[in-house]
Amino acid sequence: QMERMIVSMQDPDMGIKMRNQRLLITVIPHAMTGNDIVEWLIQKYGITEEESLHLGNLIVKHGYIYPLKDPRSLVLRADESPYRFQTPYFWTSTKWPATELDYAIYLAKKNIRKQGNLIEHEKDNYNLLHKRINHTWDFVVMQAREQLRAAKQRRKGDRIVIDCQEQANWLRQRPPEALALVPAWGVPPILGTMLSLQPGAPNVLEQGPERRNCHTTRVQLTKNMDYYKREIEYCRKAMARTRVKSSICLEGYLKFNEQYVPHDPIMSGCLPSNPWITDDTTYWAMNAPTVPTPTKLRVERWGFNFSELITDPLGRAQLLEFLKKEFSAENLSFWEACEELRYGEQSRISEIVDSIYQQFLAPGATRWVNIDSKTMERTLEGIKTPHRYVMDDAQMHIYMLMKKDSYPRFLKSDLYKNLLAEAIIPPETKKRVFPFMRKQRHSSPSPAL
Amino acid sequence: MCDQTFLAVVFGPCDKCSKEKPLRAVYIKSEQLSYCSLCVEMVWLHENETLASLKNEAETLKGKLEEERAKLHDVELHQVAERVEALGQFVMKTRRTLKGHGNKVLCMDWCKDKRRIVSSSQDGKVIVWDSFTTNKEHAVTMPCTWVMACAYAPSGCAIACGGLDNKCSVYPLTFDKNENMAAKKKSVAMHTNYLSACSFTNSDMQILTASGDGTCALWDVESGQLLQSFHGHGADVLCLDLAPSETGNTFVSGGCDKKAMVWDMRSGQCIQSFETHDSDINSVRYYPSGDAFASGSDDATCRLYDLRADREVAIYSKESIIFGASSVDFSLSGRLLFAGYNDYTINVWDVLKGSRVSILFGHENRVSTLRVSPDGTAFCSGSWDHTLRVSA
Repeated sequence: QMERMIVSMQDPDMGIKMRNQRLLITVIPHAMTGNDIVEWLIQKYGITEEESLHLGNLIVKHGYIYPLKDPRSLVLRADESPYRFQTPYFWTSTKWPATELDYAIYLAKKNIRKQGNLIEHEKDNYNLLHKRINHTWDFVVMQAREQLRAAKQRRKGDRIVIDCQEQANWLRQRPPEALALVPAWGVPPILGTMLSLQPGAPNVLEQGPERRNCHTTRVQLTKNMDYYKREIEYCRKAMARTRVKSSICLEGYLKFNEQYVPHDPIMSGCLPSNPWITDDTTYWAMNAPTVPTPTKLRVERWGFNFSELITDPLGRAQLLEFLKKEFSAENLSFWEACEELRYGEQSRISEIVDSIYQQFLAPGATRWVNIDSKTMERTLEGIKTPHRYVMDDAQMHIYMLMKKDSYPRFLKSDLYKNLLAEAIIPPETKKRVFPFMRKQRHSSPSPAL
Repeated sequence: MCDQTFLAVVFGPCDKCSKEKPLRAVYIKSEQLSYCSLCVEMVWLHENETLASLKNEAETLKGKLEEERAKLHDVELHQVAERVEALGQFVMKTRRTLKGHGNKVLCMDWCKDKRRIVSSSQDGKVIVWDSFTTNKEHAVTMPCTWVMACAYAPSGCAIACGGLDNKCSVYPLTFDKNENMAAKKKSVAMHTNYLSACSFTNSDMQILTASGDGTCALWDVESGQLLQSFHGHGADVLCLDLAPSETGNTFVSGGCDKKAMVWDMRSGQCIQSFETHDSDINSVRYYPSGDAFASGSDDATCRLYDLRADREVAIYSKESIIFGASSVDFSLSGRLLFAGYNDYTINVWDVLKGSRVSILFGHENRVSTLRVSPDGTAFCSGSWDHTLRVSA
């Protein structure tokens, strides 16, 4: 898993930077305090304390660092509590199979040491395991005893370290509050024994459905040849295509940004107020698809490009009014009918094509549209075998006609000018809250829940 | 190994070299011939050679293509963006929390009325909410788990969803309390692997789907007929987005083969393809102008690709972000890119300058889906912590 790799990469790096020795009651070498971790993260990545804490917590949850003082909870505390790096033996990426046997041995050891004083969930697990692998129980107990005896011969510091390591590891692999040993159903299991978790600590080992990625596809010889042939053809075509200079494209973004930022509620707020922030839905009421008087911003937007005008139902209605005055209203109706064809039901295609022909294309039709002869010829030919895209050429022609011809006139017309003049600018409500506060009043409040 | 049968049953003249030898059956261009073992070896070598030479040709062409693309690249985005005013302080809070799913929320979509949303989760439940009032309006239980895709119809009268059942089903939304929504279900798409994404086109009658079987497909809702299929991805397709342009004929898809591909809906051909990510692409979204699109991937970066310049123009990444991005969306003006990550956070990027504007906490498990509302007033994020949050 990529994320695990990256996390583990961090560790050797961190290790280089921090090798302090701190005193617990006994001396623990190579430990560091929670504070150190947070500080280092802030420094290395230039992030805030909150983020550093969050990131550190995730590292601990994934088991790469474990706490020495309170090993029951895998949490990073930004204070003097000591932490250590988990040995690579226990890293997730080494995919060390966590067998029941190992877990049983661990629990048995603990049981013996604490003389039956295990934590609740561990007790449950212990009893469950006892029942399940009863046949090897003697082996388990023997192993546990042996390990304990060997451990007694080590220094106390080492013993504490090893204990904490194991504890942290098992906490991660067998999180508490989990339904014991029930595999997550319906999903192809990734690790051998997965537990399905109730809300509580998020189980960091959970994954989504298994994905087939490029590393696991089966490739046959013929498939390979076809694949490369396709790649070659694609590359050839791609070489031939016209490209635009980066500077031009990027200028396009700036221009777009300039035009639209005032209309972006998150960037510039919205008048009278953002409904989500103030619970006042006036904004939505004023900008509903059909209102008697549109807002100023909306009318301005129609002037950006033809697409804005035609996609806004109110704008389209105004356009229709304008076109009627110019006696070219059939263009818009034709375009609408073609859209219906393109996105309509498969079963109605011939019906719609026919109706379009009758209304707009047939000689002497009531609402005959003015298409150039070549396109007309092609379209009439295509109608004989009607399909969804048969009107595309004609539709594009008419669309361009409206865009290049009628639209500029519309923008200069009295109709549009009146709309702009009469358009309302809603008054802002008293509580003016923007996501962006231009005036620096106080330090940035952390986004609360 | 190429297709060979290894039974040497016949002894006779070889079809190729005419020598008398024990023969094997060999299949060349769907024709069965009998070759002696030497000739079989030569055929096999030859095929390997052609394969190798094809591979070489493909590689050199790709290299040349990159050169061509690079020729026109005269300036970087952040250089051009220096002229743009910097953004002020950014404060966004969670305004609504939608609780009610019993398991991880996997996908959500907004209705065109700017307040309703549909969301789907691992336990098979698909819920339609009025997110403004946080009321649940409809709920359907799908017969499968892991419903990974859901979409709202443009008219607001239907929803589509699908997941491990390999199908996309459309449910008309009815306000009649007596009617059982599940009864009116229409099964539209059929794939051979899980459904990862679905979206309605400009109308209620057509659906575009992406699936784990490596293909995308366009379907007619009424009849369930396949209108067009799109082949080209080498692995599971995880996401798709339709172009906002007026001519509305293209869409982009991203997959586990690290490629983002732009398709022509009419012909089914791949128009452009971009392969600069290091890992699975989880989410793609068009820039509001339609000239570019952004992608979020498991390699912890988001990238912006320009369609006219035919190249990647920006990378949004930070060393401290080590978890993959699961979902991306633009604000209305395209100035901000919201990205939800697997480390439970949402990062907000300045698209033009390439820097991170803000980081939002609040979810208690990974963010699986994120969409900005149709009028840009807020965005909704769904997470594996069973909740959806609307923030503004």
